[in-house]
Amino acid sequence: MCLTLLIYLVGLFFSETVSDIHKKITTAFKLFDYDANNTVDAREISTIVFSLGCFPSQADLHQIIAEVEEGSSGYVHLDTFLPVMTKVLLEHRFPPIPVEHILRAFEVLDKENKGHLEEGELTKYMTEEGEPFTNKEMEEMLAVLLNNKRGLVYYRDAVGLLGFDGVMK
Amino acid sequence: MGCGMGKSRPLQEKAALLIQRWYRQYVARLEIRRRCTWNIFQSIEYAGEQDQIKLYNFFGFLMDHFTPASSERNLISHIFRENEICHETEWEKYFCYKGVEVPDSYNGPHLTFPMSFCGVSKLMEAFRHKQQLHARYVLQILGETWRLLRNLPNINHISVCHTKEITICGDLHGQLEDLLLIFYKNGLPSSEKPYIFNGDFVDRGKNSLEILLILFGFLLVYPNDVHLNRGNHEDHIVNLRYGFTKEVLGKYRFHGKKILKLLQKIFSWLPLAAVIDHKVLVVHGGISNSTNLHIVSRIDRHKVRGAISLMVCVQYVSVLRPPKMTHQRNSGNGDIDGPMEGRRRVRSLTNHSSAPAHRNNFHRRSLHNLSVGNYLSCSVEDELKKRRRLAGFDQSYGEMKTSDSDSDPEFRERTEIYGREWKQIVDLLWSDPMPQKGCVPNEVRGGGCYWGPDVTEEVLGRHSLQLLIRSHECKQDGYEFCHNRKVLTIFSASNYYEVGSNRGAYIRMGPDLVPRCIQYQASRTSRELTLRQSVGRTERSALQALKEQLFVHKSDLIRAFQEFDPDNMGLISLRHWATATDSVLKLGLPWRVLRPQLVSRTHYGMVNYLQWIKELSITDILETMYKNHSNLETIFRIIDTDHSGLISFEEFHQTWKLLSSHLKMEISDKAITDLAQSMDFNKDGSIDINEFMEAFRLTPLSLHQASECREAFFY
Repeated sequence: MCLTLLIYLVGLFFSETVSDIHKKITTAFKLFDYDANNTVDAREISTIVFSLGCFPSQADLHQIIAEVEEGSSGYVHLDTFLPVMTKVLLEHRFPPIPVEHILRAFEVLDKENKGHLEEGELTKYMTEEGEPFTNKEMEEMLAVLLNNKRGLVYYRDAVGLLGFDGVMK
Repeated sequence: MGCGMGKSRPLQEKAALLIQRWYRQYVARLEIRRRCTWNIFQSIEYAGEQDQIKLYNFFGFLMDHFTPASSERNLISHIFRENEICHETEWEKYFCYKGVEVPDSYNGPHLTFPMSFCGVSKLMEAFRHKQQLHARYVLQILGETWRLLRNLPNINHISVCHTKEITICGDLHGQLEDLLLIFYKNGLPSSEKPYIFNGDFVDRGKNSLEILLILFGFLLVYPNDVHLNRGNHEDHIVNLRYGFTKEVLGKYRFHGKKILKLLQKIFSWLPLAAVIDHKVLVVHGGISNSTNLHIVSRIDRHKVRGAISLMVCVQYVSVLRPPKMTHQRNSGNGDIDGPMEGRRRVRSLTNHSSAPAHRNNFHRRSLHNLSVGNYLSCSVEDELKKRRRLAGFDQSYGEMKTSDSDSDPEFRERTEIYGREWKQIVDLLWSDPMPQKGCVPNEVRGGGCYWGPDVTEEVLGRHSLQLLIRSHECKQDGYEFCHNRKVLTIFSASNYYEVGSNRGAYIRMGPDLVPRCIQYQASRTSRELTLRQSVGRTERSALQALKEQLFVHKSDLIRAFQEFDPDNMGLISLRHWATATDSVLKLGLPWRVLRPQLVSRTHYGMVNYLQWIKELSITDILETMYKNHSNLETIFRIIDTDHSGLISFEEFHQTWKLLSSHLKMEISDKAITDLAQSMDFNKDGSIDINEFMEAFRLTPLSLHQASECREAFFY
């Protein structure tokens, strides 16, 4: 009995309160609130959601945006966004992807087990499978990940390089 | 392909999805950092401009606290004396280039006059190769420019209805690379290729003079096709602070002061605005609800030498702080923030307890608040009035400071008219647009106002205009529309805050009067940087600037932290850290997001704030010195009216004492002497400004030296 109480209290001590979560969401939201009227362009929602430490898929994002957008105005108001996003965070709905999973994902694509992917290979996968990248996204990814001298992506290094520099508190 | 997550999906599909998710998250985080960094730079830049207000307060303080017996009186009249007793012909003699010999050893470009296209090309080539133009030619170009500008109207009317396209450039701020890039992409100015340069050619960048010489060169060759508008930085007191004065004096040790004096005149003669086809207004800052182009076209623009020099002298005139504006803001919806609430920048810098104090400070000196008991200075004011009269000064300019109600009403009226005209110009050069309706004074910059979309509609409508093109604010993409696309901001200094921070842009406009914006980014390196590197670099710069700000506010921060730490444990939660820091710095930044970059060590989510502060700070004295170093520099440069780079020990001593009493700091005479000695001022009692200012740059080396003179300040 004492033990469970202890665990519960410790859990409370480390968990975030709802008001903390509200503040986090509001801060991220306001970074894109250019007119200072508590609305953001719906296209910024994905950035905001990501910045709160979530790893949704594109489909997940579309669902969220559909929920919070004001009709078809293209805008989202904080009052609508806040409760929806709070629930997402409390439920840990889109938890971070562990590094090993990313690594394994790359290894799946690296069929010949070379330890690297070629530019063409990666491009094919990213732009034809899953939730495909746009050309711009592909260009940027290559710019970041490609080892220029050989046109190869050493994914083990890449995963380390783009590792999480701390989920935002 | 379906988008459900079914188990039948091949493994590689899943893998691709995972990688895509992971990468998109990374890009988003980068975007957030970029936004934060941008906010940091903007806030600090505008906070720096707000320092101007403090400078005015300081001068006001100087005015208020002298007694005639004090030897400081000389210092003040010395500061405010404008030794301009001559007529134009005498000035021509003074500025004449003829006496300046070009030695055989000079291997820079030689110019012949009248200026030709070849001459300007030669100039550009030379500057590209980092050569310097001889002072003789500089004076010659400037002299010709001055003569030309005197014949131009305040507002240039331009026509593009002959299938010509006109090019409009925004702020250049001494960044020669950007100007050359524009010319490379767009072509050089000519009668087939007219240009408007919309102000702020100088300050901050290191090639302000070169830019001016090139622009003036083209102006002389194509006077009907090259148009220059004055910006708020074409102002000699602003130049004292933001680097142009220093640049000129550094490049021209012997003739620098003469060149600066001539530039002062040229700046005051620069036209204020341009109108294209009676439909498009091009002006540097913007407008206000009282903007009236008919009035503007009739003003003697050259009498308004500078916004700031006038602000200092005319702050007593009520026209500048019309009471009704502040009352509007306070009474509004019962909410003291009123129309300012929304605007982040304004809110963070003015919406705090000391803002009313600021406003009160101004009101203290206004004509409307006669309960001011602090007017001990009557006799000094009389003294100054007398000196101005002796100097043959324009009466209305010099006698602004009447504070008694029984002054000559006709004189008051003249003063008010002058004040109104001055306000028209300052509004054109200093204002910024805001999303909210209305028009409020721009306290962030210290001049002009913030104007809303309703004011745009009204002013454009009143003048039958359809578009306002302005500059004055740095934009990420080099340009930005607002107010229903009726206002277009164009900014031509790329990488303004830091390499990779923003692009520059210029406008092309044909007879259809539809603006087309072309972007660019100077510096080969920035184009090669990946998004990640570019963000990282800019971010490091911003964080450094931010840390300096934190350091400067050390004592206030500690006090704020202690409020959350009643038991004096030395620890506060991260949440409280963010709240406290925000309340002190008031930059409106997302502190929680920035926290990992600023606070490296936490104990179970708690910050040891004293330790953190210690890591940021050195001493109290240095903090104050550093906090005011740009003000100090400006003040010193003002004292050094002959631009010799030297001020006397007495002047230094007096200034330091004045500044410290204004800042309510106790400094003993011995401390000042010791400071002077440690800075190695032993040249016959005169102080080399440059040496002194170097000490304020707080390089790690000078920090060490400075901490050694820390002892001198404890008594």
